[in-house]
Amino acid sequence: MDNKLHISISPHIHSGASTQRIMLDVIIALLPATVAGCILFGLRALAVVAVCVVAAVLSEFLFNLIIKKEQTVGDLSAVVTGLLLALNLPANIPLWQAAVGSVFAIVIVKCIFGGIGCNLVNPAITARVFMLVAFGTMAKAAFPLDAVSSATPLVQLAEGNTPSMLDLFMGNVGGAIGETSALALVIGGVYLLVRRVITWHIPVAFIGTVFVMSFLLDGFDVMAALLWILSGGLFLGAFFMATDYVTSPPTKWGKIIFGIGAGLITILIRFYGNYPEGVSFGILMMNILNPYIESWTPRKLFGGKNS
Amino acid sequence: MAFYLKGAKVPHKKSTSGMSAIRIDAPKTVTIPTVMHIGAPATPVVKAGDSVQVGTLIAEQNGVISSPIYSSVSGTVKSVAEVLLSSGKNVPAITIESDGEMTVNSEIKPPVVNSREDLVNAVKQSGIVGLGGAGFPTYVKYGADKPLDIQELIINGAECEPYITSDSVNMIDNAEDIAFAIDNLVKYLNIKKVIIGIEKNKPKAIESMNKIADSRENVQVKVLPTLYPQGAEKVLVYHTTGKTIALGKLPIDVGCVVNNVTTIAAIGRYLKTGMPLVEKCITVDGSAVKEPKNVIVPIGTALKDVFEFCGGFKAEPKKVLYGGPMMGISVPDLDVPVLKNTNAVLAFAEKQVNSPKATACIRCGGCTNRCPFGIDPSAIARAYKKNDTEALEKLGVELCMECGCCTFACPAKRPLVQTNKLAKAALRVAKAKEAK
Repeated sequence: MDNKLHISISPHIHSGASTQRIMLDVIIALLPATVAGCILFGLRALAVVAVCVVAAVLSEFLFNLIIKKEQTVGDLSAVVTGLLLALNLPANIPLWQAAVGSVFAIVIVKCIFGGIGCNLVNPAITARVFMLVAFGTMAKAAFPLDAVSSATPLVQLAEGNTPSMLDLFMGNVGGAIGETSALALVIGGVYLLVRRVITWHIPVAFIGTVFVMSFLLDGFDVMAALLWILSGGLFLGAFFMATDYVTSPPTKWGKIIFGIGAGLITILIRFYGNYPEGVSFGILMMNILNPYIESWTPRKLFGGKNS
Repeated sequence: MAFYLKGAKVPHKKSTSGMSAIRIDAPKTVTIPTVMHIGAPATPVVKAGDSVQVGTLIAEQNGVISSPIYSSVSGTVKSVAEVLLSSGKNVPAITIESDGEMTVNSEIKPPVVNSREDLVNAVKQSGIVGLGGAGFPTYVKYGADKPLDIQELIINGAECEPYITSDSVNMIDNAEDIAFAIDNLVKYLNIKKVIIGIEKNKPKAIESMNKIADSRENVQVKVLPTLYPQGAEKVLVYHTTGKTIALGKLPIDVGCVVNNVTTIAAIGRYLKTGMPLVEKCITVDGSAVKEPKNVIVPIGTALKDVFEFCGGFKAEPKKVLYGGPMMGISVPDLDVPVLKNTNAVLAFAEKQVNSPKATACIRCGGCTNRCPFGIDPSAIARAYKKNDTEALEKLGVELCMECGCCTFACPAKRPLVQTNKLAKAALRVAKAKEAK
């Protein structure tokens, strides 16, 4: 038989969505914060970003090469991890430490567990916590060239001082490269929401919990609660790291539980812990609990046995 | 109903929308398989050399779940021989050489319908099966042996697949047939309410059906969001009545009967004229087709004759489908015939989705978030890989209606619905073993 026609199982069309496009969207969403960080902290910040991204991509490339796995750097997820890690680091970090952190994130946290989609915890968050423990990163936070105070907002808050709301919103305060400008982070977060890369559940539950708990623990003061949510890495964590697909639940109730849990841990550390910041620990803890959250919140099947 | 079920935003591509159907020239030969329905093959009652007319019985019904088949042309039976169907089965098919006259069988006359039994028998004799694609013998849904308590007759005019407009054509051009069928079905089957469900993007069809509803108290048009798979049976029943059909149940278990609007139009025509189902209105479209059209085609016409009538190809076809791109079946060559349940034939110059390379699942939830029934195909794929049939059952793989939203949406291009099909089969086998 003259059989020239292609046979395949339906569906015969595809939406055109791709992993690469999703990662590209995350990169685009992180650009405002990256640009803001480079303006605030100068060229040194750009160097940290470049080192982290190059180290991340290169280590994934070499890892795949060595274990003879199909190359995956084209999906851009390594770029996202490198960029996210850089935005979580202070601009004055030694560059070799930034590179080590990136390699740790990619090789130890992601690649040896099977690569994209298989990591148990978020690579960038885990690397940040690793660096905090190993190098004491963030202890000597960097400050913008024209910053008024020489303590990070969370330290100021802990000491009973109040940073300026405007400085916090624009990012003109001490901290990591990409975490200080709430404005830039919100622009990126809204972009992700509009592009439907993420849903509102985790960021709203996370930031909302921190807001409510700060309000309750800091003198029932709305302004104080606002300062608490604008300070530190909350927006960066809530919009970009807690929403990582692999390490957060797929259902809306699962996402809400995840966000509330991360918020509570953040607050516990901020108010009662040894470290000034608890966002990374909050997300990391919930990453670890994620399989349980997923099993507690199965999706309801329409007409199924559990409906 | 608290909310709409989820789905995928598929492209519409309804370029033939609003084009009335044109009858194609009588084909030289037709090949009519004895299986164009769900159920047992019909038994051929003609042999090579017999002379037949349009509407002559050529294969009789074989058992309850089966359907009779009639000649779609006038001429001489050339052969009764096995052909390979797209389902992978060999079945007898009757090939008829047309005399080009399309002479109608002189015994054709409208059926006499005075009771429920008369009506059910008429639909049985008409050879009408689910024309939306399923091909289930329609008379069985009306109660083959005993009266059923039918609360709602739901007429499916959703037409959610891309490209296809043949149902809309029927709603716009054959509203009288549809109304005639509704009146008879309501009267003799004692149906309480008729709901015609149509997606919002078909205003002309909605207008036409509203005219039927306006003059009848128990008929209602329900405009539905344009979201694939709106026309899936369980989805449509839920969106029109709020009733949930549980796993393993049928619409009649919740008091509903669902018919495609083209099926209803065919019933109306049969009740009026007595001409059984011998031709189909189908949409001919796709990137390889020169002049996309809606055409009326004798059943058994080879696809190549249909495409030829539509100006032939402007590019070499790489993939040809029965039905739409979401659930349609790709055919091996252009000699295959138009069947009773064919509603479109599409020819594409490119392979369209052609198994793009799958990459690792990033757990974005895009599949489960688009599944109308909330199944998680990525979890099913993991359980299937481990051959964990217990998990497969718990994950509700049996609910999967294979609409393809998950595969359509997956950014990692994973063959999710395809794996669901395999997983369903694996679970069936495991259950059968356990039963032994």
